[in-house]
Amino acid sequence: MSASSGASSAASPVLELRDVHKLFGDNHVLRGVDLTVAGHEVVVVIGASGSGKSTLMRTINLIERVDDGRILLSGDDITDPGVDVDKVRARIGVVFQHFNLFPHMRVIDNVTLAARRVHGVDADVARDRGIGLLEKFGLGEKIRDYPDRLSGGQQQRVAIVRAIMTDPELLLLDEITSALDPMLVGEVLDLVRDLKAQGSTILMATHEMSFARSVADRIVFMHGGRPLESGTPEQIFENPQRPETQEFLARIMHR
Amino acid sequence: MTDRVAEGAWTPSELELERRLHRRRASRRSVLVALVSTVLFTVAAGWLVVGSPNWDAVQQSFFNLEIAADSFPRILEGLWLNLRVLFFATIAVAIVATLLAVMRSLRGPVWFPLRALATGYTDLFRGLPVLIVLYLVGFGIPGLDTTVRIPVAVLGTIAITLCYSAYVAEVLRAGMEAVHPSQRIAARSLGLGHGETLRIVVIPQALRKVVPALMNDFVSMQKDVGLISVLGAVDAVRSAQIVSQTTYNFTPYVVAGLMFVALSFPMIRLTDYVSARMAKREQIGGTV
Repeated sequence: MSASSGASSAASPVLELRDVHKLFGDNHVLRGVDLTVAGHEVVVVIGASGSGKSTLMRTINLIERVDDGRILLSGDDITDPGVDVDKVRARIGVVFQHFNLFPHMRVIDNVTLAARRVHGVDADVARDRGIGLLEKFGLGEKIRDYPDRLSGGQQQRVAIVRAIMTDPELLLLDEITSALDPMLVGEVLDLVRDLKAQGSTILMATHEMSFARSVADRIVFMHGGRPLESGTPEQIFENPQRPETQEFLARIMHR
Repeated sequence: MTDRVAEGAWTPSELELERRLHRRRASRRSVLVALVSTVLFTVAAGWLVVGSPNWDAVQQSFFNLEIAADSFPRILEGLWLNLRVLFFATIAVAIVATLLAVMRSLRGPVWFPLRALATGYTDLFRGLPVLIVLYLVGFGIPGLDTTVRIPVAVLGTIAITLCYSAYVAEVLRAGMEAVHPSQRIAARSLGLGHGETLRIVVIPQALRKVVPALMNDFVSMQKDVGLISVLGAVDAVRSAQIVSQTTYNFTPYVVAGLMFVALSFPMIRLTDYVSARMAKREQIGGTV
């Protein structure tokens, strides 16, 4: 499941943002974001609501168009106007806060849709792989069910399987446990740990600090639309340098 | 908590039994009230109509059983034409309306002409009375080339399709807009294009949301196919007219009317059933 680094340049990081800006009207949401994610690296973005975490994710996935700066995916400039957005999105796996499974499709069809329709994988091959992944992550009994028959945690696990089905170069996980009740958070996070163990490249926004601490290779603290401080979990949690980071951590740990 | 539950043999408490008894008594009382008021109303209405001074004459010219029986086969034969028109118009409406709805949902400046065309079309044909469209198509199109003879039933089908496509397109568009944008984002994030997202993700969910509205439009179309009689097509209404003119009696119209009612009845009940089921599913068993 290793991220297949783009042929363009094997040495370049999987993801690189250079001075990315995003405005919604007068609201300057991303104010010059520089960020790199190397192959097999798990980078966790933390920060208060409104700090730009979700917008950052959406710009990388080209759901929002950047207003300045560049985003490189395995060395390819995906903010180039001539780029085929569908092809770029096919190289990135995304998991959303609210799962966004297709309610009119069975679990297996949700999972295999992109493989069949976008990557041209043979239906039987896609099905076998989908069943294999679902079984591996404890969803073997839900293959033929519709999403609304599943618990939130199960739905989110299906959504993760859907995202990794086609071996994306990069996984974007946008607050994937925020809509789950505390009992179900663990099963989803365990799955993310498995993905890390397999060498996936992951950029993840979360409010689960203990998880961020245990799984991240690097933590990035977003504040006011830019990464204010970044470092290993130890550096950020034990010895934050910026007062904003200290304040944020003090607040979120006290909840 | 209590032993009754622990033993696995739960029985309702005194309190619950009391409540059930009360509900049963209340519902028995409402059924009784409904029954009495229905009987009273029917008797009063019947007495008013039958007791009116000219009832015998009206009965003779509108509810003449002999004429009804005589005209029945002819009108039924006419109804067969209505059914065929309905069949083809339904298929045509499904195709044209879907195209219109998709055209109106296109984004980006490149598609402006198509979007404007679809918008103009739905504006125009939702405003035009069906009867006028029938006249324009029924007498206008044959006038373009007098050497080709197009059957009036075909022209009628075209006119009905033109009108109903505009309505159905709007219903479909409403359904497409009711599908949450996050569904589209999820599909696009997988790398699906605009068209595939529409076809595989949006339209199937949109249809589910608007099934009752679509069925309602179908019921409406079922009776409006009777309007093709104005072009001279010998359908149920026209057949009734022919018999009526030879017998100087209105009974054939009543017969034709009852046929249309009978035709739409199963669909009306089905629509109610589907709507009720969908409402129930969304309520998840609540009582409000």
